[in-house]
Amino acid sequence: MEAEKKIIMDFLEGKKGKTKFYFNDLCKALPDMKQRDVKKILTALVNDGKLEFWSSGSTTLYGMVGAGKQHSTEEGE
Amino acid sequence: MAKHPTPLLDQLETGPWPSFVSDIKQEAEHRSKNPKGIDFQAPQDCPADLLGVLELSFKEKETHWKHGGIVGVFGYGGGVIGRYCDKPEEFPGVAHFHTVRINQPAGKYYHTDYLRGVCDIWELRGSGLTNMHGSTGDLVLLGTVTPQLEEIFYDMTHKLNTDLGGSGGNLRTPADCLGQSRCEFACYDTQDLCHTLTNDYQDELHRPAFPYKFKFKFDGCPNSCVAALARSDFSVVGTWKDDIQIDQAKVKAYVGGEFKPNAGAHAGRDWGKFDIVKEVIERCPTKCMSFDGALKIDNANCTRCMHCINVMPRALRVGKEKGASILLGAKAPILDGAQLSSLLVPFVPVEKPYTEIKEVIENIWDWWMEEGKNRERVGETMKRLSFQKLLEVTNIKPVAQHVKEPRSNPYIFFREDEVLGGWTRDINEFRKRHAR
Ligand code: SF4
Ligand code: SF4
Repeated sequence: MEAEKKIIMDFLEGKKGKTKFYFNDLCKALPDMKQRDVKKILTALVNDGKLEFWSSGSTTLYGMVGAGKQHSTEEGE
Repeated sequence: MAKHPTPLLDQLETGPWPSFVSDIKQEAEHRSKNPKGIDFQAPQDCPADLLGVLELSFKEKETHWKHGGIVGVFGYGGGVIGRYCDKPEEFPGVAHFHTVRINQPAGKYYHTDYLRGVCDIWELRGSGLTNMHGSTGDLVLLGTVTPQLEEIFYDMTHKLNTDLGGSGGNLRTPADCLGQSRCEFACYDTQDLCHTLTNDYQDELHRPAFPYKFKFKFDGCPNSCVAALARSDFSVVGTWKDDIQIDQAKVKAYVGGEFKPNAGAHAGRDWGKFDIVKEVIERCPTKCMSFDGALKIDNANCTRCMHCINVMPRALRVGKEKGASILLGAKAPILDGAQLSSLLVPFVPVEKPYTEIKEVIENIWDWWMEEGKNRERVGETMKRLSFQKLLEVTNIKPVAQHVKEPRSNPYIFFREDEVLGGWTRDINEFRKRHAR
């Protein structure tokens, strides 16, 4: 689990300019893993206080805590 | 004296319907008087400023709301929707105006004590304005500030034993009709199924991992009081397999005027004597009924539209072998126009612990999470990748009920291994006769 957590955090830190990601985008960091298992890692990172949710009401994105815009519209892509 | 003059909004109060403007004004006045001496945790003039900013938007024909943000309660990806006003100096009472969705109970049964509890929490910690209910089904609390969110969540869960609802790319709060608790038409226990799946899929409700929203709705019969097949991605609609039960003596009583048709509804006007041929037989969409003193139904051709049963509920009843149909893919018109759900499982018995239904759900999720594009509803994925693909991933065999009209949607293609004896063809020979 710790190794996968690091892969996700490295993936996010490597993305310059973009701060919010769809669940699908994050799954690309762990391409061999089942999506439900990727979700468990993301949930653990949220619980660790490393990731946070950004929601527009209709869609939800993941981002590193404190990175990028904190409110108002920023619809990812 | 109102904080902001609202001549345009005032016009909305002049129509024949109850007006939300009057409601907000009432709450604004109540908060400014504060007869209970409440130590408001959200701005006291929140409803007054809400009227002010709305009036401005009516004047300028432009919204002053920004939506979205990281606001929420710890660990949850949904349930709170961030709203901010882009004129916070002018309207400080609505600088933050976040929405909180509360998971409504199955069938929307509340004890008045409970509703008082919700109102007390919301008067203290929010604007005092609610929306009962949002179109997904949730009890919606309108307008609070960021620091109150965890407090509201704590009070809701600890004092009222109630959780937040869904929003974003989550399973949305499941909704159902009141079903067997009050309705003789219900073909399964909608409330138990709704409640069970709400509990079983808590992770999907609160932690987003779907390409977009996903809604469950449960109707006990095709009267569709929660409009499942128009308004949910996964629609479960009660139905029956055998024949409509007929009590011929009571049919005669309707014909003789002893019972009022439609249980006395439409009584505002004299429609004349009940005419079974005109009002029932000729209204049957599949023309599968006849009446020659006795009522006959060719059940093989009945589409379970409910019309005859609704008109003569004392004489006709749904069949005895009850269950549900599962349909997939309804959505509102954001992309590609509105879409109704398509029939996926013609009949499934609805029995605890609902293993068969859950298997269908989970197969669909696995597929959609893998193949769905960001912001694509499952109904759009289904259209893009074909209904046949959906049947494959759910391990459901194609049957006649999947075809809407013969020869109009021939989406079932047979693969070579599915055809008894297989077939061979020489593609080069074929191309000689048929240009590309
Ligand atoms: S959908 Fe059918 S079963 Fe449910 S409340 Fe309406 S009429 Fe009754
Ligand atoms: S339920 Fe509808 S389709 Fe079936 S017999 Fe009655 S009117 Fe006809």
